[in-house]
Amino acid sequence: MIETRELSKHYGDLKAVDHISFTVTPGQVLGFLGPNGAGKSTTMKMIAGFLTPSAGSVSVCGFDVQTAPIQAKQVLGYLPEGAPSYGEMNVAGFLDFIADVRGLRGETRRRRIDDAIGRLNLGKVMTQTIDTLSKGFRRRVGLAQAIVHDPKVLVLDEPTDGLDPNQKQEVRALIHAMAKDKTIIVSTHILEEVHAVCDRAIIIADGRVLADDTPAGLEARSRYHQAVSLSTDNAKAAQELLTRIADVAAVVIDPQDGRVTAFPRPGQQIFAAVTEALRQNHFPFHEIALEQGRLDEVFRQITQTAATEAVMV
Amino acid sequence: MNMSSKHMINILFRRELRSYFATPVAYVFIVIFLVLAGAFSFYLGGFYQRGQADLLPFFNFHPWLYLFLIPAVAMRLWAEERKSGSIELLLTLPVTMWQAVLGKFFAAWAFVGIALAMTFPMWLTVNYLGDPDNGVIVAGYLGSLLMAGAFLAVGSCLSALTRNQVIAFILTVAICFLLLLAGWPLVLDFFRGIGLPLAVIDAIAGLSFLTHFQSISKGVLDLRDLVYFVLMIGFWLYASAVVIDLKKAD
Repeated sequence: MIETRELSKHYGDLKAVDHISFTVTPGQVLGFLGPNGAGKSTTMKMIAGFLTPSAGSVSVCGFDVQTAPIQAKQVLGYLPEGAPSYGEMNVAGFLDFIADVRGLRGETRRRRIDDAIGRLNLGKVMTQTIDTLSKGFRRRVGLAQAIVHDPKVLVLDEPTDGLDPNQKQEVRALIHAMAKDKTIIVSTHILEEVHAVCDRAIIIADGRVLADDTPAGLEARSRYHQAVSLSTDNAKAAQELLTRIADVAAVVIDPQDGRVTAFPRPGQQIFAAVTEALRQNHFPFHEIALEQGRLDEVFRQITQTAATEAVMV
Repeated sequence: MNMSSKHMINILFRRELRSYFATPVAYVFIVIFLVLAGAFSFYLGGFYQRGQADLLPFFNFHPWLYLFLIPAVAMRLWAEERKSGSIELLLTLPVTMWQAVLGKFFAAWAFVGIALAMTFPMWLTVNYLGDPDNGVIVAGYLGSLLMAGAFLAVGSCLSALTRNQVIAFILTVAICFLLLLAGWPLVLDFFRGIGLPLAVIDAIAGLSFLTHFQSISKGVLDLRDLVYFVLMIGFWLYASAVVIDLKKAD
């Protein structure tokens, strides 16, 4: 359980984080989205107890991070941005050190370390110096460090940054596997990740929460939500045909791949009408799809609107 | 889950001390320290020519040796943690600021202590050649170790100010130089020149590393000298904790 109340961090006049409030409950994976410099990392650093908030408060599993920092840090696993560690140590020595600091002993300690090594496939590199590891392995060492004490709360700042597609997949599977009984916050700027691992997403820009919804809920805000797209050799004719359907608001041809997309009027379903029109006219097409909405478009729309507003103020 | 503060400091201490020996830094430092300590006492100090069985020419050069070597050890204490970002890892582990400051400081101090202990052939030599007062020699080692601790504490604080190790080094050398010479005319004349009252000038003179170290190394174990070094270390470590807290976000 993580709870932030009116959390703010100011650097002089700059409001890096501006009155952010949210609650994440066990079993939930919250995705933190936002452009670079939006305040994602600053918020996570305050949750982890590294930065002191200018105003507001954070509690982790009921422990206030300012007044009971040690208890809060004991139940929290944290992967800082860039996965820093002690480069001159080898992987085994580093994980031993973390296990010591986390107070793990005896059988539990051995089991927890083995579990972290297994989950992140670190077996092969245990005796290697961290500085000599590839970026992907260093990130995995950082993740192992964050989960070695089986924390109730995980805060992961860009856990898949710098990983190749296979490694990304593994880390997402890892987060999924741990999600059942833990409270997890993941920051990312990869939008597909939100779908893959999160069941809730918060979009932050200029230190403020602009949207707080499920990934599907965010997609529903897209212009593309419930739109129908098709590929055909005769895009112009398709555009003319589909524009005549009553509930279609607009038909657009993608200038790059020539794909035709029909947008519905607000709240209308057009898939049946479009397929019906195509069949009646025996219109030839390769394939047709019902769009779920595009996260990147919603993201751009939400964050850029905020930016224009800021300029106008 | 709960463990004593001592145990936590010990965990941090061991990690830090081991990291000195994980890189060539430790070996380079120890070799240079031993070579210079030997060269100074034999050539500049006239170890043989004096015809006296004591280690005074050896200890006399420690302040000057430390002036350049200790800042080199201390500069990495916090500047490196900040540069690599590991400070964020360290301070989000269930560790208090004091445990972190003390664990790292004691490791650096123990490291310098190891280098100092390796000068034991000097002590063997003087015992072989004559019949020295070994009590004075023990006092000399104790004084030297305490002074090294004070240098390190200064370095710990200044290393926390910056993520640049070179800046940390130069600042530490400068501040240590002032503290070393606080009792000497070079520094005191400056303060007299700006018209400070005599009591203040005396207080500044009393801050000198050199006068306190020299009385200990002559075998005079005055409680005031010991308290001076302990307070000096305590003050600079407290300042370290304050500076880290202020600057960790930069």
